[in-house]
Amino acid sequence: MPSDSTASAEKQPAPVSKGSALRLVSIGVVILCVAGGFLYLGGWFSPNALTPARFVDAFERTDGVYSGFRRNHAKGVGVSGYFESNGEGARLSKAGVFKPGRVSVIGRFSFGGGIPDVVDRPTMVRGLGLLFWLPDGEQWRTAMVNLPVFPFQTPQAFYDNLVASQPDPKTGKPDPEKMSAFVASHPATVRALGIIQSHAPSSGFDNTAFNGLNAFRFIDAAGKSISVRWTLAPVQPFAAASAAATAQTDKNYMFDELIASILQHPLQWHLIVTIGQPGDPTNDATVAWPDGREQVDVGTLTLDHIESEETSPARDTNFDPLVLPSGMAPSDDPLLSARSAIYSQSFTRRAGERKTPSAISPAEVRK
Amino acid sequence: MNMASQQTQFTVFMRILHWLTAAMVLTMLGIGVAMVASLGDYHCLVSIHRPLGIAILILVVIRFVNRQFSTLPPFPATMSSEERFVSHVSELLLYTLLFVLPLVGWGMLSAARYPIVLYGPLHLPPILPHSVMLYAFLRRTHTVLAYLLFLGFIAHFGAILFHTLVVRDGMFSRMAPWRVRAR
Repeated sequence: MPSDSTASAEKQPAPVSKGSALRLVSIGVVILCVAGGFLYLGGWFSPNALTPARFVDAFERTDGVYSGFRRNHAKGVGVSGYFESNGEGARLSKAGVFKPGRVSVIGRFSFGGGIPDVVDRPTMVRGLGLLFWLPDGEQWRTAMVNLPVFPFQTPQAFYDNLVASQPDPKTGKPDPEKMSAFVASHPATVRALGIIQSHAPSSGFDNTAFNGLNAFRFIDAAGKSISVRWTLAPVQPFAAASAAATAQTDKNYMFDELIASILQHPLQWHLIVTIGQPGDPTNDATVAWPDGREQVDVGTLTLDHIESEETSPARDTNFDPLVLPSGMAPSDDPLLSARSAIYSQSFTRRAGERKTPSAISPAEVRK
Repeated sequence: MNMASQQTQFTVFMRILHWLTAAMVLTMLGIGVAMVASLGDYHCLVSIHRPLGIAILILVVIRFVNRQFSTLPPFPATMSSEERFVSHVSELLLYTLLFVLPLVGWGMLSAARYPIVLYGPLHLPPILPHSVMLYAFLRRTHTVLAYLLFLGFIAHFGAILFHTLVVRDGMFSRMAPWRVRAR
């Protein structure tokens, strides 16, 4: 036993008795339990659970890995401009972006999918990521698409669809049986695809309506919270995508048309906020809210500058839909947190990679 | 001097700071390791991770300054000079990690141009320029340092248990949250 008295004790190590051996073992057990608890929290004991890393792996297996590019919405071009609030949104949310006045915006138009030099086709999903710089240093980021509703109800459904659409090593194409099995077991996806297919795509990016898809919450100055969805409605008149316009001569023809039109005159969209009623689903992006909901035009987005990703700050921006200013908050939609986690994982992976030239090069923008 | 020689415990303020740090750092390590593997809870966990990290940064600065002006209880006589040296170095290492980890986190968010939101509209300014390569480096560094901190905690925890339960030199009582009289 250690002596209480003097420093001479350090020269006489405590004898190892049976009791202290037992205590030594218990210490080992305690330490192992603590370490095990941390590994458990980190998901080490649930190798089949869906994690951001496994989700991004699935994107990579479907489309491949292209150094420095986003794992989804890989092909794109940078834009910038401003949002002019008309003040109408201030009664819905205390967010600074809705006070009357102008905030600067950067953005990125893109096509869905992980292939950065994919040939432009009007049937592909179109994306618009935006970052609003609020005057007090807050930011609002949103990543929108041209679909009226999202085809997947949960992150798991989205993942299962990715897995089902991975190319079969034998044929190099997705296995149709796996695809039909996925569809058969996901009625919400079938319903959503019905709504999506009833909306004819427009001819170009400039006359596309972009939707925030998920529901969010707006909180006003009094602390009252409402459910909302938002849409960017183009000022440029709708024209249906024609069957004649193809990418046979120019595989970037839709981006080139966007560049030409923005160089001619600034492009504008109205930001329309739709206010949900009690009972409107906020946790299901596959379902549209009923018609007749109050819609508020809160201001106009003007995009007057376009540049290649190689020079645009948009390339190095993660349009994480949960970077929200005070006055906006996520709804209970399970997709939102998952989107944030997966975008972050994709961003972290590409951030450290060598950057390869974008299909929409600086020369493409100038020509 | 006579008072100091009879001191067997760290001061009340130091003990409060120690146990506050312990609770916050353990919570932080748990949140950190859970959030990178989480989809559904990711946003909620990140929203706690950021302000908690900054709180730990502030706490460790207060602790370090307070440490310089406080009298410490002597080491137990059971500790050899080598052990005392190891104890000093590991204490310094833990302080360094607790200081650097939140700074690297703040820096990496700055380099990615993420807003560093604490609560509501309250946010911190960026401390580094926008550079995704820098972000990627700091993001990896953040993970490596966090695992080092976890190992540091395990070593610290194990050493205290060993001294208290096997050597039985009353090591724990020096930092015990309750008052322990000199033996």
